Amino acid sequence: MAIDLRRCDGCQSVNKAPQCTAACIEAHYVPKPMEWIQVYEAELSGGGTQFLPTPCQQCQNPPCTNVCPVGATFSTPEGPVLIDQERCIGCRFCMEACPYDRRFFNWGNPPQPAQTQASKYDIERQTPAIRGTVMKCDFCMDLLSAGRRPHCAEGCPNGAIYFGDLEEDVATNGNEVVSLSTLLNQGTSYRLKEDLGTQPRVFYIPGHGELVGRNPLTSGRKATEWPWQDLLSGSADWSRDEPGGSW
Amino acid sequence: MRVVEVVRQPVRANGAVNTPQAVEVEQLGPTAPPEWQDRLEGHVLAPLRRTSWRYAAWVGFLLTVIGWAVFAYGRQLHYGLIVAGVRDRISWGLYIISFVFFIGISHAGTLLSAILRAVKARWQLSITRMAEFITVVALMVGALFPFIDMGRPDRILNLLFFGRWQSPLLWDVMAIGTYLTGSTIYLYLPLIPDFARCRDRLAATAPRWKRTFFELAALGWRGTPGQRHALESAITIMMCVIIPVAVSVHTVVSWIFAMSLREPLNSTVFGPFFVAGAIYSGIAAIVLLMAVLRKLLHLEEYITRTQFVSLGYLLAAFSLIMLYFNLAEYITTGYKMSGQEPFHFRQLMLGPLAWLFWFYMLGGIALPGLIVLYKRTRTVAGITVAAVLVLLAMWVERYLIVVGGLRVPLMPYTPATYSPTWTEWSILAGALALFALIISVFAKLFPMVSLWEVIERRGPEPAGTETAGKQPAGAHS
Repeated sequence: MAIDLRRCDGCQSVNKAPQCTAACIEAHYVPKPMEWIQVYEAELSGGGTQFLPTPCQQCQNPPCTNVCPVGATFSTPEGPVLIDQERCIGCRFCMEACPYDRRFFNWGNPPQPAQTQASKYDIERQTPAIRGTVMKCDFCMDLLSAGRRPHCAEGCPNGAIYFGDLEEDVATNGNEVVSLSTLLNQGTSYRLKEDLGTQPRVFYIPGHGELVGRNPLTSGRKATEWPWQDLLSGSADWSRDEPGGSW
Repeated sequence: MRVVEVVRQPVRANGAVNTPQAVEVEQLGPTAPPEWQDRLEGHVLAPLRRTSWRYAAWVGFLLTVIGWAVFAYGRQLHYGLIVAGVRDRISWGLYIISFVFFIGISHAGTLLSAILRAVKARWQLSITRMAEFITVVALMVGALFPFIDMGRPDRILNLLFFGRWQSPLLWDVMAIGTYLTGSTIYLYLPLIPDFARCRDRLAATAPRWKRTFFELAALGWRGTPGQRHALESAITIMMCVIIPVAVSVHTVVSWIFAMSLREPLNSTVFGPFFVAGAIYSGIAAIVLLMAVLRKLLHLEEYITRTQFVSLGYLLAAFSLIMLYFNLAEYITTGYKMSGQEPFHFRQLMLGPLAWLFWFYMLGGIALPGLIVLYKRTRTVAGITVAAVLVLLAMWVERYLIVVGGLRVPLMPYTPATYSPTWTEWSILAGALALFALIISVFAKLFPMVSLWEVIERRGPEPAGTETAGKQPAGAHS
């Protein structure tokens, strides 16, 4: 995956919550408050901000799979790192190991529609969510085998997310098919925390939405929503970063 | 302190005969006056003979606390870990902190018993039993915490079915399992002659099940030269085996943290740092336990200021070692202030964790050392206070490592908060109560002082070392 930050304006122009996150949440019934692809707003060294969509980095040397005591999280032959929520024991060692904060835990009964909860477990879609287990972005393995791009890439209104194959050196954002190496070289791409040696499979082309007309001094974005919340009754509600909630 | 130990046949050494073999094993020892031996035996075996209403009330209290903790855990099983204060960003909390704390305390036994036995020290003989016992009980209680912390305790057997030895968690399971097995054997071996003594002395008064228990536990011990030789060899082997196992345990516990790519945890010094911290809190634990049992079991004559001061000096030495490790850790990172270190330093020294950090540094490392080194506070009471401070501070230190380490933001987000819920506090209280309960129950089943070793190798404490000096009127416990 290559994310062209020059095209990402945090969906300020469409005046909506980031559409990559929204598409992901809608397709996977991602339990609140998880954002498997999260659009962070980071300060630029020269002033102003940039938006940084962050999915699981799908590392080639993943620290999370190294520490898993039961092999519940693992690298697939195709590349993406998956989690078997039917094997996970909930020790959260992988969450401590991940340097990108890209792992999420079902602290209580997952807030998901009853239909989803009743469905048969699918490791490639991570449905239904299971209490006491870890979840994260899976690069939409089920779509890849159907020849489609991940939901976040399909959901991006600006075509900022390219998806392709490093070995075949091809990628597309839905509008154009490009040579991946050319794309990455023209903008001197980088990867997050490259010095850690995790070798992420997600590349970034530096920018702050300038190709889609964003002023870096315009900060803020719409908050993420979990649209089926009204379908739920009596499921747990928690925050990612502070204690409390309801159960 | 005793300077010279005379080669002499012990007065009553379980009928041991002075054969060349036995001499080679260990027949050095002072002459113990028979009336002193009777008194010692009377005091030490008193709790095995009688049980007062106070003991029943104490056990009842502990069971209440444990019952409350079981209720809290039951709620956690029902609703999930959401009832705890941990969340995605600070995903380990009180349970993992307490796990590290209890495993740290377990080093009491190894240090006191194995290391001091290896250097043939004698002053510690009246407290080795307690120290070895703390090791076993602290391991049993501490090992519960990772399972309490699990999101899916129902899948615990996955560790057997799918266990990956590449995971530091499996290293912990293996190291702690080995240590628990080894230290249980090491606790049991020196108990054999004492079980035989109980079998012989308590035959008239003990109920039938207790007599059977002593009979079986004594393994037919008669104190023959062959038996003594076998026992000494076994103790020596276990003594040599247990020390590296103990070091390995706290090293791999530290690696749960040091194997992560998080800035304050990604440290090569963590292994030895944790081992030193474990021994530091282990010494404090034994000081506290011996202060309590000395009062309750009226052992003032056998556990005197000598034992407290010697352990106090060890405590002071380890407070300096801890100071050194803290310098090694914080100077090397603080000098460069790379990456997120400035955030970590600010949260520790000025931010939300500052009061804990300064309590740990000043109250838990500087003050205990000063209490021991300053002559007027180098008393039984003073050293006990120092030990309590060390225990609190070492728990706080693990809080700083776990919560402080996980709080450093990994991405551009506001730092998370963590505050333990009543569920977590209740389960911690229950664990402490369980610790006390196991000790209380076993205090009725075997002598808390290694009688044969004290009688044969230590004898009466040198005069002038007693502080309280009062003779107990009778043992109630």
